[in-house]
Amino acid sequence: MSTIVETHDHDGHHGPAKGLSRWLFTTNHKDIGTLYLWFSFIMLFIGGGMAMVIRAELFQPGLQIVQPEFFNQMTTNHGLIMVFGVIMPAFVGLANWMLPMQIGAPDMALPRLNNLSFWLLPMAFGILISTLFMPEGGPNFGWTFYAPLSTTYAPSTVNFFIFSVHIMGVSSILGSINIITTIFNMRAPGMTLMKMPLFVWSWLITAYLLIAVMPVLAGVVTMMLMDINFGTSFFNAAGGGDPVLFQHVFWFFGHPEVYIMILPAFGIVSHIIETFSRKPIFGYSSMVYAMASIAILSFVVWAHHMFTVGMPLAGELFFMYSTMLIAIPTGVKVFNWVATMFKGSITFETPMLFSIAFVALFTIGGFSGLMLAIVPADFQYHDTYFVVAHFHYVLVPGALFGIIAGAYYWLPKWTGNMYDEFLGKLHFWLTFISVNVTFFPMHFVGLAGMPRRYPDYALQFADFNALISVGAFMFGLTQLLFLFIVIKSIRTGKKAKPEVWEGAGDLGLEWTLSSPPPYHSFTVQPQVK
Amino acid sequence: MSDQPYYVPESSKLPFAMALTMLVFIIGAANTVIDLGTDSNSYLILVLSFAMMWTTMYFWFKQVIQENHAGLNNPMLKDSYVYGMAWFIFSEVMFFFAFFFALAYIRNFAVPWLGGEGEKAISNILWPGFEASWPLMITPDQAVFTGPEKDMSLATAYAAGGLGGVLGWLPLWNTVLLLTSSLTVHIAHLGLKNGNRKQFNLWLGITLILGYAFVVVQGVEYYEAYTHYGLTLNTGIYGTTFFMLTGFHGFHVCLGAIILTIMLFRSLKGHFTADDHFGFEAGSWYWHFVDVVWVCLVAFVYVM
Repeated sequence: MSTIVETHDHDGHHGPAKGLSRWLFTTNHKDIGTLYLWFSFIMLFIGGGMAMVIRAELFQPGLQIVQPEFFNQMTTNHGLIMVFGVIMPAFVGLANWMLPMQIGAPDMALPRLNNLSFWLLPMAFGILISTLFMPEGGPNFGWTFYAPLSTTYAPSTVNFFIFSVHIMGVSSILGSINIITTIFNMRAPGMTLMKMPLFVWSWLITAYLLIAVMPVLAGVVTMMLMDINFGTSFFNAAGGGDPVLFQHVFWFFGHPEVYIMILPAFGIVSHIIETFSRKPIFGYSSMVYAMASIAILSFVVWAHHMFTVGMPLAGELFFMYSTMLIAIPTGVKVFNWVATMFKGSITFETPMLFSIAFVALFTIGGFSGLMLAIVPADFQYHDTYFVVAHFHYVLVPGALFGIIAGAYYWLPKWTGNMYDEFLGKLHFWLTFISVNVTFFPMHFVGLAGMPRRYPDYALQFADFNALISVGAFMFGLTQLLFLFIVIKSIRTGKKAKPEVWEGAGDLGLEWTLSSPPPYHSFTVQPQVK
Repeated sequence: MSDQPYYVPESSKLPFAMALTMLVFIIGAANTVIDLGTDSNSYLILVLSFAMMWTTMYFWFKQVIQENHAGLNNPMLKDSYVYGMAWFIFSEVMFFFAFFFALAYIRNFAVPWLGGEGEKAISNILWPGFEASWPLMITPDQAVFTGPEKDMSLATAYAAGGLGGVLGWLPLWNTVLLLTSSLTVHIAHLGLKNGNRKQFNLWLGITLILGYAFVVVQGVEYYEAYTHYGLTLNTGIYGTTFFMLTGFHGFHVCLGAIILTIMLFRSLKGHFTADDHFGFEAGSWYWHFVDVVWVCLVAFVYVM
């Protein structure tokens, strides 16, 4: 058999191709991870720019800068881009970089599929963003695209939106198939499931959720497509359908999606806290079971997004209690992070600062989630800025802080250079302050009754909104500093050791590789004891 | 063999070609549906994207097959394809789940509430005269969605012609065709595993005949529905769920049949060995999967 092998360019030793073709045609998990991360970084600034438009308009009451129609397109696309274009691709990028290195594999299991998963994203988002420049304007029905706003009353560009979502879904499904296959099939000998790093565990569970719910999203946009163009009546009560059906199917996808956007951050933060507390994670197996419980529960809580839509009392009660149950595994995780830090020899490098802020601020988002889970209270909070405050607390100081923390934690490993610690800390403190200035007052205006998704508001909300806008601009500008720090670390900086962080060498296989690691991570699989 | 390294392919143009194909697909598909009913030629972009898709897939699969024949794939890599296919089928299961979920919600909640039954019967004020029933023959607003004249259920076939009606009920024959084909593809697989190439080709051929016959019978059924039953996509929620569920299933049967047809041609070219034939096995998994979906369809769409 070996004679036949000779006829092909035997892989394993060649380096990256030169120029643009390296990035277009690559099958290397590190190159693809880099592409994902840069794509998500660029989208962060595009989606963030839209948030700046929103905040500029809301700086004072009245209409100043944009028309309500355009404002709606901004809120819609801001949400879509941040969810599907920033948070998810960033996590997939981190998975691509780290999973093979953490489990002792040469690369991802299906490298060509990996390239396809990435390149579908710029195509889909290119189309989605281009709709903003079409005569009818882009999607304007909110990122949750409820029917009949997104069907009967939608601009015709909704069709571009529908097919873009299909392709994003294909990208996520293929990426997740690849990740699950890699984790199940490519672990180093001796690495049993319960010895896997928590980031690997978090991605195994996330990928499972993605494969389970992205097809449901494809299903619901397909139903929209048929209702709009082919005269079906899924969401039209005149034909016996029901607009509420849209919300059920959408949120059957949407709630697991929420955990898709946080579970990998749980994994990242667990690694960082154990590294900088110089203690192994407290309660490893309970961390695994907690993530699995959260994932399973996520399939039976979806209707808590729609308490006010008109559901039988039994349904409201069921979804209220099942939602509150999620607080238990989440509480286990928060407890374990704190217990890991307890009596640890803690140092406060930038990744650790972001991780501690993650634990504190994500918990705030979790608590406001618990408030929203209570049906009679939710009747008051529904569609107010309180909800906006809640999900931004779990997504910005939650998911995004997790990503930024992971980026700082692994940047020296990727580039071989330490990032600038002073600038990193500056970035953290500016981000930490501005994120709270932005999102904390939203709780107050929400409880006072300010509805979400409006370009104008009553006078009594003016002061808080001005403050929120100042915080938002500060937050946005601060991320340019992050961009600078990343570029600086790529170009220069103190050389990083293989283990990078003191004592990290015992914490995972990725720290046994050189910094930067070889092009193919582990050509010979290490033995894990 | 086991110390052979995991084959990581060198950089490849195929995935990027496929991503470009999908870009063309989005543009083509969206413009096609926007231009429906006009004499625009935008559907040609969609056709182009399909041509690009088949071409890319041809070269992609060709390369994967060549790599396997060249002995580049170690057992671990082969397992990767097995895992990949299994999880792909799981994603397909969830796609169908969305539509069965919609059907269940419509039948158990939406339609009864519109008809004034149950806890949220207040929606009856929209069309006070509307009466809930399933299959829904009279829609809430007959002026917008005229209900069908006749439905496709077993009960209706029996009521119309007794036992004879049941024997003339096309889904019955489609069930026979598809369940038999699942058996024949298994016999073909056994033949391949025992190194009996003739048995493999013969029973795979029979499977294909049964599969294509299913597609034809479903075509006849749709023709009947449109011409004699007044049952179309536009006849309210019964027609909607009926055509979307059976339509997506029929589409998957077509895909499965195309996959197995390719497997037959590959077998005639001498591909596959008794212990290395995952291309075929993946296709047969897919075939069993569409079979299971059909059983669910018969239960929830046609009988219950």
